[in-house]
Amino acid sequence: MTEINLENKSVRELNEKLQSASSGDKFSVNNTVGKHALSVGLTTEINVDINGHVGYYCAGMNQQAKIKINGNAGPGLAENMMSGEVRVTGSASQYAAATAHGGLLVIEGDASSRCGISMKGVNIVVGGNIGHMSAFMAQSGCLVVCGDAGDALGDSIYEAKIYVRGKVKSLGTDCIEKEMRDEHQKELKQLLKQSRMSYGVDEFRRYGSARKLYNFDIDKVDDY
Amino acid sequence: MCGIVGLFIKNPTLESQLGELIAPMLSEMTERGPDSAGIAVYRDPNDKGCKITVLAENLDFDWSDLEESLKASFALKKITVTQNHAVLTLDSAISEVQDWLNENWKELSVTSAGTNIEIFKGKGNPADFIEQFDIKSMRGTHALGHTRMATESAITTEHSHPFSTGQDLCLVHNGSLSNHNRLRETLRRSGVQFKTDNDSEVAAGYLSWRLSEGDDLDQALNHAIDDLDGFYTFAIGTRDGFAVMRDPIGCKPAIMAETDDWAAMSSEYRAIATLPGAENARIWEPEPTQIYSWKRSLE
Repeated sequence: MTEINLENKSVRELNEKLQSASSGDKFSVNNTVGKHALSVGLTTEINVDINGHVGYYCAGMNQQAKIKINGNAGPGLAENMMSGEVRVTGSASQYAAATAHGGLLVIEGDASSRCGISMKGVNIVVGGNIGHMSAFMAQSGCLVVCGDAGDALGDSIYEAKIYVRGKVKSLGTDCIEKEMRDEHQKELKQLLKQSRMSYGVDEFRRYGSARKLYNFDIDKVDDY
Repeated sequence: MCGIVGLFIKNPTLESQLGELIAPMLSEMTERGPDSAGIAVYRDPNDKGCKITVLAENLDFDWSDLEESLKASFALKKITVTQNHAVLTLDSAISEVQDWLNENWKELSVTSAGTNIEIFKGKGNPADFIEQFDIKSMRGTHALGHTRMATESAITTEHSHPFSTGQDLCLVHNGSLSNHNRLRETLRRSGVQFKTDNDSEVAAGYLSWRLSEGDDLDQALNHAIDDLDGFYTFAIGTRDGFAVMRDPIGCKPAIMAETDDWAAMSSEYRAIATLPGAENARIWEPEPTQIYSWKRSLE
């Protein structure tokens, strides 16, 4: 385990070190004091434990690396993640995992507004609640919410799947509750296990696209 | 982009360190607002009279004439000059002093008025502002600070935050308002005066106007949600505390933290991280349109 102390190392030095690490390497990062863009652009299968709260854009563009933040994360966590795993023990601010293509993001606390906006294949599991406009224009992947969801959930959603255990304040345009079939139960069970959330799949409801909006048909414009 | 910080002291033994604690918070927000900085500090109440902060255009302003004529017309207790600001402490009616200043000292502008509040602001890097105004030595109960990155109007001291919104009230704003021109004209017709073309000054004027119409602070803020169009995180200083509110979209950042010793808000956690015990503080992000406020009990 290599320790990197941000009291005497710059963010650039940290990222250069992590980006040039070899598969299997382990790092712990200390004295984060809310700094921005920590542990971004990693491309190898390494383990990074970040101890403390982080600012904007932590773990952005992550590929393969397993990053754990022992604290809260600011806006833009794991933005455009491609693969790997990012876990936050606290809460995350707005647009977590925006546009992310793959991998797993686990937020043990709450996620703020616009969680999973335009997600393109990532799986997101939130232990607490999520804010308004989450999964806006979400294209693929799963958003699992163990608490409640805010306003306009899944507005203009494409083919992403949303599983919510608690209440949904309101659904966005073209987002509807859908039947929980066997394949969904199986998928959800796997995600809950992977993210170490101890809830039963029966406690969740599934939401997704009514497919009336993105198959836009000018002749049916009045129906939208 | 701008940076906001607010600090409310819960443990009275820390009141002597208010400036020392808020200065690094403000400094940490430099990247969010390198153009100008300002602070509203609540301290040394003059309960039986008033305190008015005035701003002169230039550093070489000769304050002795003002002092002489204030003494001739009012019960002036003291005048404390810092850079191009002066805090006037008087045992006189606040409105009379303000009217008199407006009438006789047009070259001065009033940045704050009340019994506790003092507002200081200036162009340039926040680090220089902290140095010049000796922010670190300030004692007090609570303070709000702002670092500005100008986006919609000029960089001048008068365009800088905090803006006074009434007696012992002030506003700092991160965001931008889109209907400020029309709203300014509407408010002018209702008698609200504006010194600049700044959007945040319109928000301050709007709150002042609602409060003068009889709203309490919560009601005024709730009306603001309907009438202000744009993005905002507001922090509003009051005589006995401060309040925070974000617009319904909530895209301008804000974070709050509380310990047994203090309550704080900022645009980013890194400003709060400078406070003692921050790593173990209760930390949360304010929900859009919810009003969060801290008050000290007045004995």
